[in-house]
Amino acid sequence: MNILKLLITVIFLINFFSSDLKAKNLGTEITKNLRCLICQGQSVYDSDSEFANSLKILVEKKLDDGLSEEQVYDYLKNKYGDWILYDPGFNKNTYFLWLLPILMFVFGGAIILRKVILKKKKL
Amino acid sequence: MKTKIFPIFLIITFSIIFYVFYKGLQNSNIYTPEIKSEIKIPSFEAKEFFSKDNVNSDQIFIGSEYYLLNIWASWCIPCKEEHKYLMDLSKKENIKIIGQNYKDNFVNAKNFLIKLDNPYDLIFSDNDGTIAIEWGAYGVPESFLIKNNQIIKKIIGPLNEKLFSEIKELTQ
Repeated sequence: MNILKLLITVIFLINFFSSDLKAKNLGTEITKNLRCLICQGQSVYDSDSEFANSLKILVEKKLDDGLSEEQVYDYLKNKYGDWILYDPGFNKNTYFLWLLPILMFVFGGAIILRKVILKKKKL
Repeated sequence: MKTKIFPIFLIITFSIIFYVFYKGLQNSNIYTPEIKSEIKIPSFEAKEFFSKDNVNSDQIFIGSEYYLLNIWASWCIPCKEEHKYLMDLSKKENIKIIGQNYKDNFVNAKNFLIKLDNPYDLIFSDNDGTIAIEWGAYGVPESFLIKNNQIIKKIIGPLNEKLFSEIKELTQ
């Protein structure tokens, strides 16, 4: 019985690791990171609008032409601006966006530290 | 004193929040791409609408004439509205109107032109919509005013009286 259980486990594990998790197509990955400009709160991958469908075809075409993932993003950024990317680059418009969490963390930390020090002094 | 400041502060804060959200209600939540003028036109290859011959963008936009590229489809209602302006512009000598038939059925598109007349000097088909992406367009109708291979004006949506006179002025 135990041998049977072990066998099942082994078969399961082999299947699990050999399943092609990485076989996902790069085009799909790219379209998941693109905002559908005429939809609301949807990625190009999720959307079935005319715009999104064309964009999916175009991304595949560009990849067939030998463009890298980065080049496809750059190409689209050039046409539609930063807004099309879900992960905007670090530039003068996004300083605040990227630095805000760090600033909040530092200020929060400073406030907590001050309180702790004050409390210690009182004791 | 302290107890009075707090409610006042609260009321002010909420009024500001209310104001901001109320204003936000009227904003369009559809994003319009930044209109970058003076950019070079893309190069692409397409099929001519009637003859199905291959045409290259270099063969379409030649010389220093004005071109108006209009992306249209027979299924697009606003395209019907703007059609009369295109007809008017087609009568002008110094501007050539190029049609880009976007994701359309050939018979329907042909009937559209028969019924409403054909303002275009040349039409090419964009069956999968990828050429529209090359232009940076995101739907129909959309128009681009081109001179010397540069986009000098981008019009999102149908032409209207105001835009029509603007184009007329630009191409004087």
